Amino acid sequence: MAQVHLPQQLERLTGGDRVLELAVPDYRSLIAALEERYPGIRGAIEKDFAVVIDGDIINDPLLEPIPPEAEIHFLHRIGGG
Amino acid sequence: MSEAVDFRYIGTRPVRPDGLDKVTGRANFGADFTLPGMLHGRFLRSPHAHARILNIDLEAALAVPGVKAIVTGKDFPEVEPGDIQGGEGAGDYHDLAVNVMARDKVLYHGHAVAAVAATSVRAAEQAIRAIKVEYEVLPAVLDIDSAMAANAPLLHEQLYTEGLPEKPARPSNVAQVMESTRGDIEAGFAEADVIIERTYITPTVHQGYIEPHACVARWGQDEQSLIWCATQGSFDVRSMTARVLGLNVSRLKVIPSEIGGGFGGKTTIYLEPVAIMLSRRSGRPVKLVMTREEVFRASGPASASKIKLKIGARKDGSLTAMYAWLGYEAGAFKGSPMVPGVMCVFAPYDVPAFKAEGYDVLVNKPKVAAYRAPGAPQALFATESAMDELARELGMDPIELRLKNAVRDGSQAAYGPKFNSIGLEACLEAARAHPNYQRPLEPGQGRGVAVGFWFNVGMQSSAEIHVNEDGTATVIEGNPDIGGSRASMALMAAEELCIPYENVRVVVADTESAGFTNVTGGSRVTFATGMAVIEAARDIISQLKQRAAALWNVDEDMVDWVDGKVVPKPGINVEAEPMSLADMAAESAKTGGPLLGRASLNARGAGPAFSVNLCDVAVDPETGKVDVLSFTAIQDAGKAIHPSYVEGQMQGGAVQGIGWALNEEYVYNGDGVMENAGFLDYRIPVASDLPMIDTQILEVPNPGHPYGVRGVGETPIVAPLAAVANAVSAATGLRMTELPLSPPRIVAALEAAKG
Repeated sequence: MAQVHLPQQLERLTGGDRVLELAVPDYRSLIAALEERYPGIRGAIEKDFAVVIDGDIINDPLLEPIPPEAEIHFLHRIGGG
Repeated sequence: MSEAVDFRYIGTRPVRPDGLDKVTGRANFGADFTLPGMLHGRFLRSPHAHARILNIDLEAALAVPGVKAIVTGKDFPEVEPGDIQGGEGAGDYHDLAVNVMARDKVLYHGHAVAAVAATSVRAAEQAIRAIKVEYEVLPAVLDIDSAMAANAPLLHEQLYTEGLPEKPARPSNVAQVMESTRGDIEAGFAEADVIIERTYITPTVHQGYIEPHACVARWGQDEQSLIWCATQGSFDVRSMTARVLGLNVSRLKVIPSEIGGGFGGKTTIYLEPVAIMLSRRSGRPVKLVMTREEVFRASGPASASKIKLKIGARKDGSLTAMYAWLGYEAGAFKGSPMVPGVMCVFAPYDVPAFKAEGYDVLVNKPKVAAYRAPGAPQALFATESAMDELARELGMDPIELRLKNAVRDGSQAAYGPKFNSIGLEACLEAARAHPNYQRPLEPGQGRGVAVGFWFNVGMQSSAEIHVNEDGTATVIEGNPDIGGSRASMALMAAEELCIPYENVRVVVADTESAGFTNVTGGSRVTFATGMAVIEAARDIISQLKQRAAALWNVDEDMVDWVDGKVVPKPGINVEAEPMSLADMAAESAKTGGPLLGRASLNARGAGPAFSVNLCDVAVDPETGKVDVLSFTAIQDAGKAIHPSYVEGQMQGGAVQGIGWALNEEYVYNGDGVMENAGFLDYRIPVASDLPMIDTQILEVPNPGHPYGVRGVGETPIVAPLAAVANAVSAATGLRMTELPLSPPRIVAALEAAKG
């Protein structure tokens, strides 16, 4: 099961949930599972967040596989100067 | 992914290919382009910080001889809101359009109200003076406190704070709030033996690039338009200009000129849509060049900030809790770098409990733009100043305190994920061992230490490599070369193809000649575009093996690439001489045509970069003048492709950070008018002000890059603010919490301390 850390900034959608475990093979399945639990979260994540899979920050993760024991975080996308 | 290898060219220091042109004046910058029949444009800018535009009368201006076109906000299409993906402060497309040319209101002194194109600059300026604008002056808000006050005048009546549980009932000047927490900070502070609590202030500062914004635009009657400009991202100029003008991106060709500094400030647009619109109206090419005064008043500086910070620690130095309230000025439109500020304020430390809350606050000043590591210098000025004070309270060495609490491989970053292969501990150990940390100080002198951090990013890049018939190569890529990236790309291509550096030419191509590439920024070019160059070279090597197999009439998996030659694998019984790239290039017509390698990617695995700075100063108690005696920048570069240009980034960032700490600030009067819009009054450090900046590159390989590279362009500006302030605090015996530490501020602090 992947351990998914939900963005604190989206607590209004997650009802305060911070961490959950999900068995999902890829990012597409992950975001679908989250959307089912927390309607509206897909759009909010896609608008502002990158995903971090086992420490690897990915801005556009649609096709990313998710290892079974992965640690998932969501980060505000960073640009830079 | 990183491979431990002995490099041929990586890590050497050849002369940059653009160097001679740049030091002899032959290089062509934004203002150097001229087209036949070209007109010259000038702007009319707002004399008020906040006002409603009631009427614009162009009649007299249009009658000025030589005037060919005038545009105002009414000439531009309405642009729907939508997030711009780019550097921090990139913001929203609707806001971008309104920033380029004001519509119904002006939101800061210097906001563009109209633009004229004429046959001479003089005629354009005469016409500007003849434009009559009727304003209804509105009250302005000029700092975070007044902008957040109840009943503050609003910049935008339809702006509602985002990030709250519910949409607020009333509009506000606070565009966004953000909170980040872990653990129980009340319990953490209760466990602390020592608590430091201060408020830290930083001013609005400018990136200070020497080259002003400039462009030439030509509208085509076939609607194919050309823009030549100085930018950090030609594809960003294309997409932003197209959006502001309602055009298809394929209608715009953007040619990036050489660029005289950007530092984040040239990741957005100010001139290009206006130049296109003037060209469209006049039927002639139009050049727009900002004056230095316009650069200060109307381009995007870095955010002023107010940060309240509280940290608690046990007597042994272990941190128990940290709290930060971070306010960042966005300028006239939402989009300060508050978010990365919140994410990085505690990034260097492993602390069990923290809370950071951030506020993106609109004020009647120019919309901020990115500036190296956007948001981080302000945040870590606060954190590293407090850590310095904590070390003094505890009687600990400041490096020892940081080592005790530093994040390491496997630490959970305050911003979320676990760190993997980072160099903070190595930088701290190197600083402790550095001779500059051991040198005795004299009375009146002080030493400061501070840590820097930046996330670094990857993003999209493309590269092509064309192999010429003699085995030399041309690299085509789309990132304007700010910090020596042509040299770095050439080194990486040379390394992969095993050909001399001098045999690789790198071309920074326009938007119709290079594959899509994100901005030169985010410390991403050597990392991400370099990765594309490496992949393009490996694409060529793969083709070489295929072609050699065909020549030798063997299977492809029987061919290897060794020391720059295709060879039969050991044990393969074939009569074949090893063939170099030049040998294969000579045979290319017989083996399938010209050799061309390509790569496009969305790079990931940009490892974060840490630094440690040491600063020694002497403070004159009579005048308040601070002399920097020595400055040492130590940074983890992962792998330095061209060490001189890594050192250049470290030195340049240090100098800009020293300027931010000691002298630089926008000085506003009560009406919101900047009073020091020129380099005589806005004082950046010059060579005679500073000692040579000492550098030490550490190389903790980034596993996300084939050579171990991590970005180096932004981290260098983060630590200097606190390093300098901590040194001045040590020299004076007074804790300095507000920048800049200019002579008047220091004299006032010394006088106040005397009572």
